[in-house]
Amino acid sequence: MHPVLKTVLGRLGLGLATLFIVSIIIFSAIEMLPGDFGQAILGQAATEETVAAFRRELGLDEPPYIRYMQWVGSAIQGDLGTSFSGRNASGTDRSREVIDLLAPRLWNTLFLAGITAIVAVPISLFLGITSALYRNSIYDRTVNTTTLTTISFPEFFVAYILILLLSSLYPVFPSLANVDASTPFTERLYRSALPALTLTLVIVAHMMRMTRAAIINLLASPYIQMARLSGASQTEVILKHALPNAWAPIATVIAFNLAYLVVGVVVVEVVFVYPGVGQLMVDAVTSRDIPVVQGCALIFAITYILLNLIADIIGIITNPRLLHPK
Amino acid sequence: MSKLEYRAMQELKYKSGQIDRRTFVRSLLATGVALPSALSLAGQVAAATPKSGGRFRMGLGHGSTTDTLDSATSENHFTLVNGYTFGNHLTEVSNTGELIPELAESFESDDAQKWVFNLRQGVEFHNGKTMTSEDVVASYNHHMGEDSTSAAKGLLTQVKSLKADGKNKVIFELENPNADFPFIVSDYHISIRPAGDMASGVGTGGYILQSFEPGVKSVLKRNPNYWKEGKAHFDEVELISIIDPTARQNALTSGDIDSMDRVDLKTVNLFKRNKDIYIWDATGTAHYTFPMRLNVPPFDNYDLRMALKWSIKRQELVDKILLGYGAVGNDHPISTANRYHNSDLPQREFDADKAAFHYKKSGHSGKIQLSAADAAFAGAVDAAQLMAASASEAGMEIEVVREPKDGYWSNVWNNDAKGWCACYWGGRPTEDWMFSAAYTDDTEWNDTAWKTTDSAVKFNSLVKEARAELNDSKRRELYYECQRLIYDDGGTICPIFNSYVSANSKGIATDENIAANWDSDGAKCVERWWFA
Repeated sequence: MHPVLKTVLGRLGLGLATLFIVSIIIFSAIEMLPGDFGQAILGQAATEETVAAFRRELGLDEPPYIRYMQWVGSAIQGDLGTSFSGRNASGTDRSREVIDLLAPRLWNTLFLAGITAIVAVPISLFLGITSALYRNSIYDRTVNTTTLTTISFPEFFVAYILILLLSSLYPVFPSLANVDASTPFTERLYRSALPALTLTLVIVAHMMRMTRAAIINLLASPYIQMARLSGASQTEVILKHALPNAWAPIATVIAFNLAYLVVGVVVVEVVFVYPGVGQLMVDAVTSRDIPVVQGCALIFAITYILLNLIADIIGIITNPRLLHPK
Repeated sequence: MSKLEYRAMQELKYKSGQIDRRTFVRSLLATGVALPSALSLAGQVAAATPKSGGRFRMGLGHGSTTDTLDSATSENHFTLVNGYTFGNHLTEVSNTGELIPELAESFESDDAQKWVFNLRQGVEFHNGKTMTSEDVVASYNHHMGEDSTSAAKGLLTQVKSLKADGKNKVIFELENPNADFPFIVSDYHISIRPAGDMASGVGTGGYILQSFEPGVKSVLKRNPNYWKEGKAHFDEVELISIIDPTARQNALTSGDIDSMDRVDLKTVNLFKRNKDIYIWDATGTAHYTFPMRLNVPPFDNYDLRMALKWSIKRQELVDKILLGYGAVGNDHPISTANRYHNSDLPQREFDADKAAFHYKKSGHSGKIQLSAADAAFAGAVDAAQLMAASASEAGMEIEVVREPKDGYWSNVWNNDAKGWCACYWGGRPTEDWMFSAAYTDDTEWNDTAWKTTDSAVKFNSLVKEARAELNDSKRRELYYECQRLIYDDGGTICPIFNSYVSANSKGIATDENIAANWDSDGAKCVERWWFA
């Protein structure tokens, strides 16, 4: 079997095992949340009677292990269950499948993560490589200071500053990014501009500095010395000799940031009223809508596992030593 | 015809376009109004005349992905506004606070126990079906019965039976007489929907639901067949859930929305400087309380409760917690917006001597714990700290326990584990409703457990008596006494009534009276407002 394929399969297997453990953790963590759906949805209006009616209807009176088996069993078949909200005993059942609830939001989140990545990844690579190239120059210092400044401010602060500059003082972009399924593509891009810009500012520093560090680290190696002695220019040394060996750590940090873009941008979603999956999960946790929380958590886990898998594969492909073991 | 009548008649004609401005001003002059006043009157009338058209976009500080179109689980302000926009009820609370018939044309009762509602005829649902008594009965049954998960279930346990009498009449038979029953049926939960379809958002309201994405937005279009005259002026409506107050204010200043609720009080003075918007506020029945549980010591002690009631600087709470947008409360839940507010009770103020006197008499010593979290209301923890500070001036020690926001309503409020906590009430349009929600001995929300003292027993019998009483002055007397009993012996500390503070762009016009029973003009702003 091809070594890459073998590694990929091995990693996938490990990923599945991780996913299984994660599912147990998710389930037990949710079990430990105080209160339940009935209490949360009715708030002050929760009386023992109505809460009991809710519990009966949702099957929450079953023991936890049975509910866990049911959940995992159907999740394997691709059925994430039905949201608790919208159910009602005496009329038509208007509750929605978790997947229907998740899909449009997940698409929004992936869209935002995608356009942010398209902007942020090339910029960080470019800045990282050039600042390694001109190490300790004014350019290097400026790039470092600027990106470190933007990453050091909390996201909502960066977001508000951008709103102030680009939406209030100089109205270029809208401050409301409430896109929906019917929003045309260009309108969607236009509306998502500010959240994407905010996220770009937040993640560039991490990726850029990792690129720079990985390359500089290699510059001290004997084979780079050799390349230099054989007359390669600085640009050649970095692009041809150092960069290929630096891909593994760079890919890891990019994967990490992309995963963050999918799972961790709820603050930006709230500020720009962007209907992403983060807000959905927070709402679901607050109201104890367990199937939705579980569905979101599962998808987040899969995102991390997949992106790390891809980073690993890139690391292996770019490293002949790992590609041809022994 | 008197001058005033003539003027009113001419005003109506002018509003409806039967006469022009010149004729209207001339008729004002003829009745003795001086020219400058006549001109300004004409201007006012013109501005107050609703115009139709436009797309109204409103940013609301509530809304969650768990929201539904089923009014039985409506609980946040987004679902309220949305529900009132596409649906109607048997009665409604008008913008001046009066109860007026809505889908019922009229209602009557001889003994307050049997209520007859005559339905408006020829009203159509959005799906083209004509509303009949069958739909009304089905809509009510949706909230009643063993298996109902409706939040209005408790409200309707008083209904013994309900039946249709022909197509246009519904008869309610109550367990006990209730003179305020017509108010109950205006409750936002009890929306009238076509039988068999309680949850898809088909109603009789001024707007037809086009799309609804829970926690995101709701898009509606004007109902061309709306039966109510002079209401629902916008062509299209977009209700957008914008939880973050800063995002909401940004959206309003940048023109992405036309109106918003829940202005952030911390920045309201800066916000006011914007020339394109105006801030308005309405003080209604909403209030913040600090219920003490009488079944948890030391709050069973009358003097200790009294000591705490005298140890609060109420105006300070209004100034610092509400930034002036509110009014002081008098330790009972009936606001000045209610019909029978007892204005004879002296306003309780901070009085260190009286507090110290009662505290000494109570014989209590040591710390008194007060649980608070901002889940109760924004600034609840700060308010508790202020109360602790003023109480220490009277020699009492209050320890503020900061509770987690999450699960506050199940673990802290109305829970014997905590004797004293912070709470909010949206208020109720009638005295009886408010009392039976939180103060009588048969409600589960009796968060003060005030049930067994002599005053509480008397209170409970008075509430029952008043409920059955149709004579206005007798009811007033009874409710005055009820308020006095809570004020004196009750377990609640009600220091402040909070106002609803909202902001509109200058383009939005409203009637001069804005309802205060709920935020956003009684949550009916969409059908009441228009673009000037």
